[in-house]
Amino acid sequence: MLITCPYCGPRDVIEFTYQGDGNRERPQPASQDLDAWNAYVYDRLNPAGDHNEIWQHSGGCRAHLRVVRNTITHEILSTAFARGGHKSADNKAESRS
Amino acid sequence: MAEPHLPERQSPLEPEYNPGSHGNFEHGVDVILSETRLGSILQLAAWPGEEKRLIEVIRKVTGLALPDGAGGGVNNGARAVFGFAPGKFTVVDEAEGLAQAFAGLITPAIGTLTDLSHGRTAIRIAGPKAEWVMAKFFAIDFALPAFPLGAGRSTNHHDIFAQIQRSGADQFDIYVFRSFARSFWKALCHASEEVGYEVQ
Repeated sequence: MLITCPYCGPRDVIEFTYQGDGNRERPQPASQDLDAWNAYVYDRLNPAGDHNEIWQHSGGCRAHLRVVRNTITHEILSTAFARGGHKSADNKAESRS
Repeated sequence: MAEPHLPERQSPLEPEYNPGSHGNFEHGVDVILSETRLGSILQLAAWPGEEKRLIEVIRKVTGLALPDGAGGGVNNGARAVFGFAPGKFTVVDEAEGLAQAFAGLITPAIGTLTDLSHGRTAIRIAGPKAEWVMAKFFAIDFALPAFPLGAGRSTNHHDIFAQIQRSGADQFDIYVFRSFARSFWKALCHASEEVGYEVQ
């Protein structure tokens, strides 16, 4: 599986570390909304298809990336720096569904 | 660090650094391995949006103009610079004291400077089979169009991080952690045996 890092170009998946589901919305740290925290910690979409994910190019430039991966085919549909927020990864996944 | 009376730095490769020809060299050596023993190895990082100001400081201090683009770099023999991550650059000099030359110019508003002169070891591999031997360690494209002259790459071998700059058409400079340098050197020598190598 190759992931195309926006900085380094295509690299083997062994250089990357999975950082979790990219769909989660972290509540404000001071939030006492237990349902929101419960959803953040436990609720997952677990789709069979396009999935928003956060990866880190830990064996390269160390940038955090927004990746849209198809969980059935492992096709990488898009990659972008995570710094800009994760909305565009959502949009890309949504535009295909 | 730039004081003139400090003792000479010892190489971590020394016990395994054996100048001469080795391996399958009956038909000539196809790679030359050496330690470049740089005086200064710095890591510079710009805050987001401050990259251009940092690049200008690098040009002012070293005289090296970074080309545009991810991983771009330039090498003039004595000094070299390359990008290894967004807004981050490795700058090296044969002479000590480069960190002092940057002091005061990289303000807290622009970014940070980390002196890694004692933390990294620079190993050079040169020769017609350099790409072949490098490809045994690093899963990246070493062909000249994909990895142009002066460009830098961040990657890893056996899960250990390394930075690579192409300093010639068939020459690469590899920056490895000093504490891993000897084991990498031994592995590099083993990988070079089949093509015949010379340690200079």
